Amino acid sequence: MPEPLIEPKSARRAAESVPGIPRDAAGPVFRAPWEAHAFALALTLHEKGLFAWPEWSAMLGEEIKKAQAAGDPDTGETYYLHWLATLERMVAEKGATSTQALTEHFQAWERAMHRTPHGKPIELKDEDFGR
Amino acid sequence: MGLRENQFGTVFRLRATHPLGYIRRMAEHHHEHDHEEGSTLTDMDLRVRALETILVDKGYIEPAALDRIVELYETKIGPHIGAQVIAKAWCDAAFKQALLDDASKAVATIAQQVGSVGEHLIAVENTPQLHNMIVCTLCSCYPTDVLGLPPTWYKSFAYRSRVVKEPRAVLADFGVALPAETEIRVWDSTAETRYVVVPMRPAGTEGWSEERLAKLVTRDSMVGTGLAKNSSEVA
Repeated sequence: MPEPLIEPKSARRAAESVPGIPRDAAGPVFRAPWEAHAFALALTLHEKGLFAWPEWSAMLGEEIKKAQAAGDPDTGETYYLHWLATLERMVAEKGATSTQALTEHFQAWERAMHRTPHGKPIELKDEDFGR
Repeated sequence: MGLRENQFGTVFRLRATHPLGYIRRMAEHHHEHDHEEGSTLTDMDLRVRALETILVDKGYIEPAALDRIVELYETKIGPHIGAQVIAKAWCDAAFKQALLDDASKAVATIAQQVGSVGEHLIAVENTPQLHNMIVCTLCSCYPTDVLGLPPTWYKSFAYRSRVVKEPRAVLADFGVALPAETEIRVWDSTAETRYVVVPMRPAGTEGWSEERLAKLVTRDSMVGTGLAKNSSEVA
């Protein structure tokens, strides 16, 4: 019953173009589901043509430097935190959305989380946006 | 229903069953036997969700395409923590005893991020006389915090229904044959309790570092559908 492990070409290209992606012989590895989501988001946006990998690498490099300057241990465990910061900056700089919209949606999800009783699915409702 | 609908006409919602819930389309949202750890999301989860919601709304991302990539990789969310824990238990008798006494506590001492999870983790040790396997017969409860996300087969009806009735046949499907005298015990996860198997340390690994030993510990060996790798399989 082993599950097939397909390595999509695009993921391999990403891993080859962007230095430091934690990976094993079969491809990228993640420490938590959100990391896989963040990776998938970047992959999808790249395929949409929002950015090229060299551009991504440059911005990611900047985010890593910034974090190091602020005391990040740079052990590799925080790699996807920098990845996420890059994602947020990239979508804002490319005009796909704005930092303000990201903040609003973050807060809306936070509200949705707090009002949802344990055991129920967290759903985003209009009221979570405070409008 | 309070569900948001995007321009693709896909209604989706997020499950809070695991702290790191992920998007699932409702059609796929079948089993219902909630094992609740609390609807707590980390800031990273919230940031990723914010991005996903906006980019889906704006048409940059099609949820189905995103799901495909995530599904491909969720089994790759590595059982690193589990492997680390097992390797330490093999080397350090006191840690192993602590692990068997209270796995939640023992794991928290070596992996900070596991400390915050409320579920009760129990470690069950394999010996030449006893082989342990884990399942959640009702759905797919799994020690996510130490093993990452469950593999697809763990969630399958076939595994859930067969492993209790014919564990040896299931093991054979995984290419594992145990001596007839080895007892097989199957542990069924519940709302409060998750299990992790402590596989037997392979022969020929005396004096190995924990780091090297951890490479022998596969996800399947900690679910009980496999054994740890042979020493010859690791450089």
